[in-house]
Amino acid sequence: MSALHTLKNGIPLALEGLHKAFGERQVLQAIDLHIPAGQFVAVVGRSGCGKSTLLRLLAGLDAPTGGALLAGQVPLAQVREDTRLMFQDARLLPWKRVIDNVGLGLSGDWRPRAEEALAAVGLAERAGEWPAALSGGQKQRVALARALIHRPRLLLLDEPLGALDALTRIEMQQLIERLWQQHGFTVLLVTHDVSEAVAVADRVILIEEGRIGLDLPIDLPRPRNRGSARLAALEAEVLERVLAPAGSLAAREPPAARASWQGSAS
Amino acid sequence: MSTTHINRLAERLSPWALPLALLGLWQGAVASGLLSTRILPAPSAVLEAGWNLLASGDLWQHLAISGWRASIGFAIGGGLGLLLGFVTGLSKWGERLLDSSVQMVRNVPHLALIPLVILWFGIDEAAKIFLVALGTLFPIYLNTYHGIRNVDAGLVEMARSYGLSGFALFRQVILPGALPSILVGVRFALGFMWLTLIVAETISASSGIGYLAMNAREFLQTDVVVLAILLYAVLGKLADVAARTLERLWLRWHPAYQAKAGAR
Repeated sequence: MSALHTLKNGIPLALEGLHKAFGERQVLQAIDLHIPAGQFVAVVGRSGCGKSTLLRLLAGLDAPTGGALLAGQVPLAQVREDTRLMFQDARLLPWKRVIDNVGLGLSGDWRPRAEEALAAVGLAERAGEWPAALSGGQKQRVALARALIHRPRLLLLDEPLGALDALTRIEMQQLIERLWQQHGFTVLLVTHDVSEAVAVADRVILIEEGRIGLDLPIDLPRPRNRGSARLAALEAEVLERVLAPAGSLAAREPPAARASWQGSAS
Repeated sequence: MSTTHINRLAERLSPWALPLALLGLWQGAVASGLLSTRILPAPSAVLEAGWNLLASGDLWQHLAISGWRASIGFAIGGGLGLLLGFVTGLSKWGERLLDSSVQMVRNVPHLALIPLVILWFGIDEAAKIFLVALGTLFPIYLNTYHGIRNVDAGLVEMARSYGLSGFALFRQVILPGALPSILVGVRFALGFMWLTLIVAETISASSGIGYLAMNAREFLQTDVVVLAILLYAVLGKLADVAARTLERLWLRWHPAYQAKAGAR
């Protein structure tokens, strides 16, 4: 277990005037955001609001059109090695066994560390199997182990639980929360499930029309009781804000996207 | 217990019943004189011809020379096809420069080149190897190119974000991702390999199975002609088995190719 315990602390993030356009379309406009080291931030918003784009900018998969991404005082690009991204689909390489997927991109004697990372997500005994033999939730846990083995200081989660069933999703939320408490990395979780956001995060950020629409601290003690009235009230507050400008957005939002968002949030 | 055993045995053997009955019918027709041996020799005569050629060692010699031509041609054509497929699949410039040219050449039936090839190489080994190489190049090229193009972009993005690039990215992500398609190309190419070789050996050769058949035709040895045809069938089947073995071995991870999946 020692290797996982020697993690460095989280990265403090600063987004200054962050701006991203794809051609004519403005996806993110002047985002200013400061995230202290080790904070668990959830980013919510409607489909197409730019929340996934924000994550891709932070992961370095896309370059911003303008503004700065800082890790403390240095550009975020300099600490790319400390940043890991988990995708909505697990993206395991189907031709590598589970343990080799966890060790992807590592050199030297990584096997004991990979076994350790798999044990941390409760899949130690599945190390020798092909990913095709795993369930959706197990694949995501392998993807989590693959991210953790790099000892990230910033963990970016792009709706990694979106495709899981309700119970598996709660299990995964608790697993991520526990590992976050153990290791102290900074987490940015993009989700369209508002109840998930308020249940696990220190702070919920709502993005609407490419801007930060709401920045709500969730200062409830952990472990949180999922049925509590306080959580429900916070969830209602966020939801109300998300749904408020529905009339003004309706003309621009494609109906299918709206339906799918409402379906998964309820 | 014993009845289920018998049932299982019957199940196993039943696919062979029809071919065996036909063979029996064929043998009977020839024996009774209904079927002239100039049209079709009796199965027993084919067997006998095979045995005689085996005993004299001629059969092995012809088999070896045909196998050698096939494998050298396949290695050259397949290797080039693979290489070209990698170049056009991996680089935008490679695709722009090469793909449309290769596609144009692909549309020329390679057997149409036989007169030209004979003018270039004579009826030498080089002519047959050239034709086999040409016949196997395109199926492998095409499937390699498409295999690489269809590698899941999400996996490539993931691998890049985990620090893989260059050869490591190719070896760990792109090549295995393209492999199912490449192996489909290999199977097609193996079919073209025998087809090309049969034609080339029939037209101009002084050894090999095609030569065996053509030579036998001159002397009205229908039994040897049928034997040669059967040999081609067996060789084709062997190549197919080899391709399937490669699929089983290299695509173990793929649910569709796992041994458990059975009925294949």
